[in-house]
Amino acid sequence: MIVTKEKPLEEILGFLSPYKKILVVGCDGCTTPPRGLREAKTYATLIEMSRKPKNKNFECKATTVSKQCDNYDCATTLTPQIENVDAILSFACGVGVQTLVDVFPEIPIYPGQDTIFLGSQDRDNAAMYEKCISCGDCILGETGGICPRTRCPKGLLNGPCAGHMNEKCEVDREKDCAWVLIYKRMKDAGQLDKFREFRKPRNYQISTAPQQIVRSSSE
Amino acid sequence: MSFVSSLQKSLATSKFTITGELTPPKSASIEDVLDGAKLIKDDVVATNVTDNPTSRVVMSTLATCHLIEKQTGLETIYQITCRDRNRLALQSDILAANALGIKNILVLTGDYITMGDHPEAKPVFDLDSVQLLWAIKRMQEEGLDLAGKKLKTPPKLYVGAAVNPGLDPIEPEIIRLEKKVAMDTKFAQSQCLYDPTVLEKFMDQISHLDVKILVGITPLLSAGMAKWMVKNCPGVIIPDEMIKRLKGAEDKVQEGIKMMVEVVSEIASMGVAGIHVMVPERADLVAETVKAIKASGVV
Repeated sequence: MIVTKEKPLEEILGFLSPYKKILVVGCDGCTTPPRGLREAKTYATLIEMSRKPKNKNFECKATTVSKQCDNYDCATTLTPQIENVDAILSFACGVGVQTLVDVFPEIPIYPGQDTIFLGSQDRDNAAMYEKCISCGDCILGETGGICPRTRCPKGLLNGPCAGHMNEKCEVDREKDCAWVLIYKRMKDAGQLDKFREFRKPRNYQISTAPQQIVRSSSE
Repeated sequence: MSFVSSLQKSLATSKFTITGELTPPKSASIEDVLDGAKLIKDDVVATNVTDNPTSRVVMSTLATCHLIEKQTGLETIYQITCRDRNRLALQSDILAANALGIKNILVLTGDYITMGDHPEAKPVFDLDSVQLLWAIKRMQEEGLDLAGKKLKTPPKLYVGAAVNPGLDPIEPEIIRLEKKVAMDTKFAQSQCLYDPTVLEKFMDQISHLDVKILVGITPLLSAGMAKWMVKNCPGVIIPDEMIKRLKGAEDKVQEGIKMMVEVVSEIASMGVAGIHVMVPERADLVAETVKAIKASGVV
């Protein structure tokens, strides 16, 4: 899932201060925690409360889209609702915000949240953990199914640095050292030979941003 | 046999080699570190010069090494970390080091960026230390850069790395040292050592490796410092007895140095090549510690 975090209300109100007709758009897609219609309505109320009674012409409505990262979903759901809207506040991830920008180029669009990471959900601990940085060159097959590019802050590829302590990372003693996890897992699986292999530097060329995949007309 | 550096010569021909460590100044003037270099010049074969240690900005290591060597004649060990430079910058600095007459290099991954005084900076880590050692091996042996392009004159440096005998689990660290040695690492300097039994076990575990070990020696200056190190420095194991002795000592610095003399006398017979003496920001204590060790006749 794409893990997001609400922006401070003051920042959101700052974005929206020049506008009178605002549409708050939730997203029912994969972002977590989910911020769909209910949360969009809450924000619309908060925004309205911050303005009234100072501005009688002010109007803030709420809606949601099944997936804001899909330009077809955005166009079909929102086109009937955007007449006279002079700004949109989006509660999607950064991808959804930018999809709206493409679909409605004439309307200013603002993010209601920060997009943080691609996370795995641990329901027992009510926690989300970053597990993948979308590097475009998956090495999980070589590292016991644990990604050092994501879970080691230094992105090391040849084993742990000498900073681990009680199997925790030098950067944050609350977090596991990814390479100690990899070592233990590969040792248990009888794969230390593979653990010992020298891994060459990462090829950053294949992940040069912005990435795109465009289906050719013959497909 | 011709040697690349005095350090290499000492490690090949002496029974016991001693290196020191200096930190470049947080200053645009080299003077402060030159004073330190002069203080330890007669006590060590060569001195490490750290690279933005604990991720704090100080003068460039390369320039500091060059100026120390030029102005004091003390040989340096150029520490290079992967934290602040990508593979292009690392390789160009290595070529520059050779051109400046620097003869030894110590390759490290580097502390993480948020541990220092610029925690908002972009961490690089384009290479890890093993990959940088691989790059240096290619440059020196094949005369090629990482892109496979020919170097007109390849560098010729004596190459070292770091090792931490006190880590738990230790096997990944041993495997990492094996990788470093496979990349032509000739010497390894260790984390500060206080418990000789830790080293004894480690030396046994790496007996299959052809690498000269210089054991990290840092005198404890107070019981508080000892406790802080145990809590914060990975792989540092300090026997309770040492902390007790520091607490009871009238002159804690002298007691700290005395305990290091005792540690060195115990480890000297464990197959190590020597010691690496470091006292952050206190070159005077590096000199004093080395003098005490030499005067005791333990090495």
